[in-house]
Amino acid sequence: MTTEQEKPEIADESGDKYKYGFVTDIASDTAPKGLSEDIIRLISQKKGEPDWLLERRLEAFRFWQKLKEPTWAKLSYDKIDYQDLYYYSAPKQKVAPKSLDEVDPELLKTYEKLGIPLKEQEVLSGVVAVDAVFDSVSVATTYRAKLAEKGVIFCPISEAVKEYPELVKKYLGSVVPYTDNFFAALNSAVFTDGSFVYIPKGVRCPMELSTYFRINAQNTGQFERTLIVADEGSYVSYLEGCTAPQRDENQLHAAIVEIVVLKDAEVKYSTVQNWYPGDKDGKGGVYNFVTKRAACRGANSKVSWTQVETGSAITWKYPSCILQGDNSVGEFYSVAITNNRQQADTGTKMIHLGRNTSSKIISKGISAGRSNQTYRGLVKVSPNAANARNYSQCDSLLIGPDCGSHTIPYVENRNKTAKLEHEATTSKISEEQLFYCQQRGIGEEEAVSLIVNGFCKEVMQHLPLEFAIEAAKLINISLEGSVG
Amino acid sequence: MKTPLLEIEDLCARVADKEIIKGFNLTINEGEVHAIMGPNGAGKSTLSHVLCGKPGYEITAGTVRYKGKNLLAMAPEERAREGIFLIMQYPVEIPGVPVTTFLKHAVNAIRQHRNEPELDTMEFIKLLREEGKKLGINPDMLKRPINVGFSGGEKKRLEALQLAVLKPQFSILDEADSGLDVDAMKVVAEAINAERTEHNAMLVITHYQRLLKDIVPDYVHIYADGHIVASGNKDLAREVEEQGYAQFLKEK
Ligand SMILES: Nc1ncnc2c1ncn2[C@@H]1O[C@H](COP(=O)(O)OP(=O)(O)OP(=O)(O)O)[C@@H](O)[C@H]1O
Ligand SMILES: [Mg+2]
Repeated sequence: MTTEQEKPEIADESGDKYKYGFVTDIASDTAPKGLSEDIIRLISQKKGEPDWLLERRLEAFRFWQKLKEPTWAKLSYDKIDYQDLYYYSAPKQKVAPKSLDEVDPELLKTYEKLGIPLKEQEVLSGVVAVDAVFDSVSVATTYRAKLAEKGVIFCPISEAVKEYPELVKKYLGSVVPYTDNFFAALNSAVFTDGSFVYIPKGVRCPMELSTYFRINAQNTGQFERTLIVADEGSYVSYLEGCTAPQRDENQLHAAIVEIVVLKDAEVKYSTVQNWYPGDKDGKGGVYNFVTKRAACRGANSKVSWTQVETGSAITWKYPSCILQGDNSVGEFYSVAITNNRQQADTGTKMIHLGRNTSSKIISKGISAGRSNQTYRGLVKVSPNAANARNYSQCDSLLIGPDCGSHTIPYVENRNKTAKLEHEATTSKISEEQLFYCQQRGIGEEEAVSLIVNGFCKEVMQHLPLEFAIEAAKLINISLEGSVG
Repeated sequence: MKTPLLEIEDLCARVADKEIIKGFNLTINEGEVHAIMGPNGAGKSTLSHVLCGKPGYEITAGTVRYKGKNLLAMAPEERAREGIFLIMQYPVEIPGVPVTTFLKHAVNAIRQHRNEPELDTMEFIKLLREEGKKLGINPDMLKRPINVGFSGGEKKRLEALQLAVLKPQFSILDEADSGLDVDAMKVVAEAINAERTEHNAMLVITHYQRLLKDIVPDYVHIYADGHIVASGNKDLAREVEEQGYAQFLKEK
């Protein structure tokens, strides 16, 4: 019951500033439109999944059917017709590739165009290992052998389900249960692929791990699922990048990322989100509804989220930290940029449960054009979380008179020993600042980018270097045409 | 033979519907230094802003030619790239942008305009440190966000540093001396004098004769009520300092 589709269309390049907007012409294996128990069974069967996982999917689906899409976020968009989407699309390949040499050259070319070389010998002396997810499946994971020497597992989650069922069964859904929210339930029912990472006790992962998500097929939702487990005393830095072709319709992306951090372990998770944002009038673009959460389960564990959000028409995303272990630390560094008609409702939740837990939130929002942005954050201190500390700083920068920015910080403190600080500022790029730059020979667009980069520096410096450079470029591209 | 660099004719400009510059005439030739003195609110800073293309001013009459070209038609950054530089009375703070980064962008924008290759970062930092040292600016200050939290005098030193690094052909100094201590005044004046050549020209706006002892002008103009009411040589500055502006205003 699968259909085959060839997709000859080419993205419209006219006036295009989104350089990842091309479409790969590749035959794909696509499940019929719509969502039902049958479709879920089909996905599960395609992936050759064990029964327990199918059961979980169906449970999540039944739960999802009872839920209503949330409306509390400050976002307005046309109603999504969940029956009008494809839930599974895979590049057609006779057999699963055993090595990179067997991967379809068209696919390799796509990633090359995106600046993600998948041939190991081309990757700079092995500083980054990459898992590339194309529509619903992972197409290639590099450096697996080298990582395996250290006992590090880095593979598509669909494979992990089969090869490391105990680990997956134990941790999948343990941080974000399907009951968590509407989009989490949807993802739990239909997730297709994503990355799985396990860092064994005491191991410092020898290279950055990186997953690259790409939506290619039309009308296809991408529901990836990432699970990272850092065992006691381990460390890993993980990067996530995303792009999608430029299309007139909206594409749905509803992912879940779960991170488990055990005693004395540390995870750094960095995202550069650059899904297609839609054109300047708000046509097309990705709807990005993501649930990301880390559980600091052990004492002295630490997690830091760093995100640079430049893409998507709609962003709904709150990477959170559950600080359960004593002395555990959660950090959230975020830059969100919206231009034209983009809308973003993003922030974080810091849930303090253990003693002496501390968290830090640095959020920088930049709005331009007619875009709208909301920072929404929650700092919660439970009665047992003695000496909890939080520092929050939320700064907004407005470019032009037609954009909007809102800051909604919630605080729930149930422990008298907690120390919570919150600072917030809203500023505009002033005419004086622009003139000062111009008087020194710097053009207006370059001046805006200088000022914006200065504004976000505190966050950008938490990104791994190569990523920071790419992110800075992206920021400039996103703001093109925002002045003058 | 004198070559005119800047020719201002019958310039009138207003801000917020208020006439500030009312028929201003002045020609500055290459190699010349002109000083402008005048009471508070006379429109000195306004003139400097109009010459540099700051938005918010309406030019209601007159012309300004720079190197023979219509200056008023040029974008502010174009004027800067063509060699016009303004030491601002109130330099602007830009949070998060280090002095070094800011100036590197400025230098390269100007070099690109002249079809010169970009300066190598190491080379540039060396240059900046050397020039900074002459002005009593230490390397730590170069790493700080531009003008943020700088003292009044530090801001003016930094303006002088930019002048030294960007090497303009026509500099406007709007109260370059305000906020400077006696010693700083000397080093800043020295840095500015170093840029005096037979091709470069300057317009020095000041309230005090003090600066003009170090940067000796060829001409001094008294600017009141939107135009020049008297012109002379450096002695005119002393006269003003001793007697104030009353005599010039009465003559009108
Ligand atoms: N945006 C504005 N709106 C209204 N009035 C303005 C504006 N900008 C300048 N002015 C007025 O224009 C006049 C000239 O100001 P300007 O700053 O040019 O004076 P100045 O000669 O430089 O004075 P000072 O010696 O105090 O620096 C002043 O009366 C000032 O209040
Ligand atoms: Mg003034």
